[in-house]
Amino acid sequence: MQVTMTVNGDEVTREVEPRLLLVHFVRDHLGLTGTHWGCDTSNCGTCVLWMDSEPVKSCTVLAAMAHGRDIRTVEGLERNGELDPVQVGFMEEHGLQCGFCTPGMMMTARWLLDHNPDPDEGEIREAICGQICRCTGYENIVKAIRWAAEHPATAEVTA
Amino acid sequence: MTTVEEAPANPIGFGRMKRKEDPRFIRGKGNYVDDMQLPGMLHGAVLRSTYAHARIRSIDTSAAEAHPKVKAVITGALLETLGLAWIPSLSHDVIAVLATDKVRYQGQEVAFVVAEDHYSARDALELIEVDYEPLPAMIDAKAALDAGAPIIRDDIEGKTDNHIFDWEAGDRASTEAVFASADVVVEQDMLYPRVHPAPMETCGSVAYMDKVTGKLTIWCTTQAPHAHRTLYALVAGLPEHKIRIVSPDIGGGFGNKVGIYPGYVLSVVGSIVTGKPVKWMEDRSENLMSTSFARDYHMHGEICSTRDGKITGLRVKVLADHGAFNNTAQPTKFPAGFFHIFTGSYDLQAAHCEVTGVYSNKAPGGVAYACSFRVTEAAYLVERMVDCLADELGMDPAELRMKNLLKPEQFPYTCHTGWVYDSGDYPRALQKAMDIAGYADLRKEQVEKRARGELMGIGISFFTETVGAGPRKHMDILGLGMADGAEVRVHPTGKAVVRLSVQTQGQGHETTFAQIVAEELGISPDDIDVVHGDTDNTPFGLGTYGSRSTPVSGAAVAVASRRVRDKARLIAGAMLEASPDDLEWEKGRWFVKGDPAQSKTIQEIALASHGPLELPEGVEGHLDASCVYDPPNLTYPFGAYICVVDVDPGTGQVKVRRFIAVDDCGPRINPMIVEGQIHGGLADGVGMALMEVIAFDEEGNCLGGSFMDYLLPTSIECPKWELGETVTPSPHHPLGVKGVGESATVGSPAAVVNAVLDAIGVRHADMPLTPAQVWRTMQGSPFRTDLAIQ
Repeated sequence: MQVTMTVNGDEVTREVEPRLLLVHFVRDHLGLTGTHWGCDTSNCGTCVLWMDSEPVKSCTVLAAMAHGRDIRTVEGLERNGELDPVQVGFMEEHGLQCGFCTPGMMMTARWLLDHNPDPDEGEIREAICGQICRCTGYENIVKAIRWAAEHPATAEVTA
Repeated sequence: MTTVEEAPANPIGFGRMKRKEDPRFIRGKGNYVDDMQLPGMLHGAVLRSTYAHARIRSIDTSAAEAHPKVKAVITGALLETLGLAWIPSLSHDVIAVLATDKVRYQGQEVAFVVAEDHYSARDALELIEVDYEPLPAMIDAKAALDAGAPIIRDDIEGKTDNHIFDWEAGDRASTEAVFASADVVVEQDMLYPRVHPAPMETCGSVAYMDKVTGKLTIWCTTQAPHAHRTLYALVAGLPEHKIRIVSPDIGGGFGNKVGIYPGYVLSVVGSIVTGKPVKWMEDRSENLMSTSFARDYHMHGEICSTRDGKITGLRVKVLADHGAFNNTAQPTKFPAGFFHIFTGSYDLQAAHCEVTGVYSNKAPGGVAYACSFRVTEAAYLVERMVDCLADELGMDPAELRMKNLLKPEQFPYTCHTGWVYDSGDYPRALQKAMDIAGYADLRKEQVEKRARGELMGIGISFFTETVGAGPRKHMDILGLGMADGAEVRVHPTGKAVVRLSVQTQGQGHETTFAQIVAEELGISPDDIDVVHGDTDNTPFGLGTYGSRSTPVSGAAVAVASRRVRDKARLIAGAMLEASPDDLEWEKGRWFVKGDPAQSKTIQEIALASHGPLELPEGVEGHLDASCVYDPPNLTYPFGAYICVVDVDPGTGQVKVRRFIAVDDCGPRINPMIVEGQIHGGLADGVGMALMEVIAFDEEGNCLGGSFMDYLLPTSIECPKWELGETVTPSPHHPLGVKGVGESATVGSPAAVVNAVLDAIGVRHADMPLTPAQVWRTMQGSPFRTDLAIQ
């Protein structure tokens, strides 16, 4: 079947199997490998991307269900060559180690800040509690998101 | 529009700096194995056993082979013709790549399909018919040695039981004497249940055998690329120079990615058979059910003391469940890893341990999950036993520990099972943790809460780690000595590259190792490239696990850098027309003693070393050096942890309210990275203590085979970590540093368990302390967590 959707601002059309998962569509058909696959059961959240401005776990969404939708992945966080404050925050606060959960975490973080620009620690922890990180013990992820909240229009990378 | 404050310049050496590897990860531009796409690449999938123990009568692959997108179906019978059905394990055993005679655990590899795409490969698995004759499954380690138990390893000639090894350490007679004369003896059975490292990225590989050049390239999720290459050469008879292992970005390892899995070998066979690159990437259930588990230690501990709480002896008997194949990844001479460091941090008179390894119908493995070769089990054992003794004596567990900790003046300290602890100041670390926690106030609060019927617990653990294997004369894996190489080269323009044998899985090697070179040579870490994870481009070494990268490779890099510095001195002498003996080093330059204006920077020296300058006799051009570092001893990081929990008396639900961790790993190269390592390990401890277990039912079905069943801590279960540090350098490490990667995983589980048991006033219950287990324990009937709930 044919699916058409907008991915990071560009319209894409591909011939796919009806059973194809969205995570495999963006990774294998579009080459956007920043979205990861980690569990198959919607538990780990490494596959989180946005569908119509809402975070979804793309391992349990069919590519067909994204037909006509607006998809945004981690590759779409950086705009016009400017990093999203969330991306900068993760670097500033050592919010990542192996980097595997990071794209999904950042997509959820961006969504949180769009809806709650000044979240407290508890609100941040609740927002990311459907996603697993095995490296950081979460503390620096929380700090990274707080950093982004405190630097809402950051453009410069200080690395 | 707000702007980012001007960031301080990166330190030329040690200190906090942001990671050099992060810019690619935060853009989604990491390069993991599953991101690999090669022209013509095919996809493999593994058919796995549904039974824990069964004889294979026949395998019919004809329908799978007829699938239009299937390119090859590989079975054990084919592998037998190649001599690859069985390969050596890492512990003097063998493992089956594909089962030929029997399956010995649920999830064991039975057949491999190579197809045009991943979905088709999975489809074809369902077309393979395997006729199994089910056999009784041996799941209970305690019953595995019973007469009449089903024999799991009948492939081993003459094998009539499930026994693997007996091993002991310490002195039995002196320990018996100490126990015989002790005022107080406490004994306790305890299980460190089977858990799984579960890195977010599962294991996988892409193999390509180029038939023209004869070169086999394997992109693989491996923590030890060089060891893998040599083992492939030894096992498959492939010439080692024609094998290249590339370990790209790794999505977490924690020990899960040390060994060679059948899937890796199958991707190689698949490529040889089809002539195309073959990718194999396991799914989460395959990862949890078949790859290296951790722990599964059934322990019986005994501790003895004087009436006033001077600990005198410790002994333990362990039944170690190693699964269907003995495939623990650890130094050859240590069948129980470094478990015999179980005397921990205490000054006692005698100790003895006995470990018996048994086979079971469970997945093989055993040393994984940031355990420092089973120091995790050892630290848990002693820290639980000390709490049991405190309970018996009616002493505060902090007071009991303080009374028995080794004193600073006892270092270097040779413990009763033979380890030589390099350095430590234990009471200072414990006192610091108690100060941060406000220990006395916490105890006061606990009394008040108890009076109101609220359950609050305070748990302490103190751990001593032993990390950084070798020395090579004592430690090897399959004959490969545990020493690691490093090469440092300064380019003509003064930028540098350092090549490592170890491989990061998130630990930040690209930053930390650049900082070591920076510290030694005065070159900015921004100007230093770290190359690792590619056997064609890096020196040989055993890889990253057991917290050994900084203790071993960090030392190799420091020594190589110093050799570069020494060479630079000779060249600087020629440049300045001064005797090298008259030169003095200041970070980044050599200058004439007493005349600091007369100097040459490392950059100037680098350029001169490549130029027409007449070099002193015996000095070759260019500016580089290498080192193979054979550590004279392990390093012994330590720490004091305090956990505060609240337990819901109605449900048994545990809330970790606070966690204080004071770690001493010597000087910290990059404190930010070290703290991150500790954070992650603390989360592991909370997970293992409260949530994680791979249990089995009586038929051998794995009950922890997905993230719906194998529960990992999230941001909700983890508290805000409260860290502290003391700094006791290692006397033998060139930088004084000790390893840290596993410290928190080793030290934290006992603190959490001690806190929960303190809250509910019970001497012992086994992990994980789920609400059900806590509730049952409060009712007086804790259950065995390794079996299906009774």
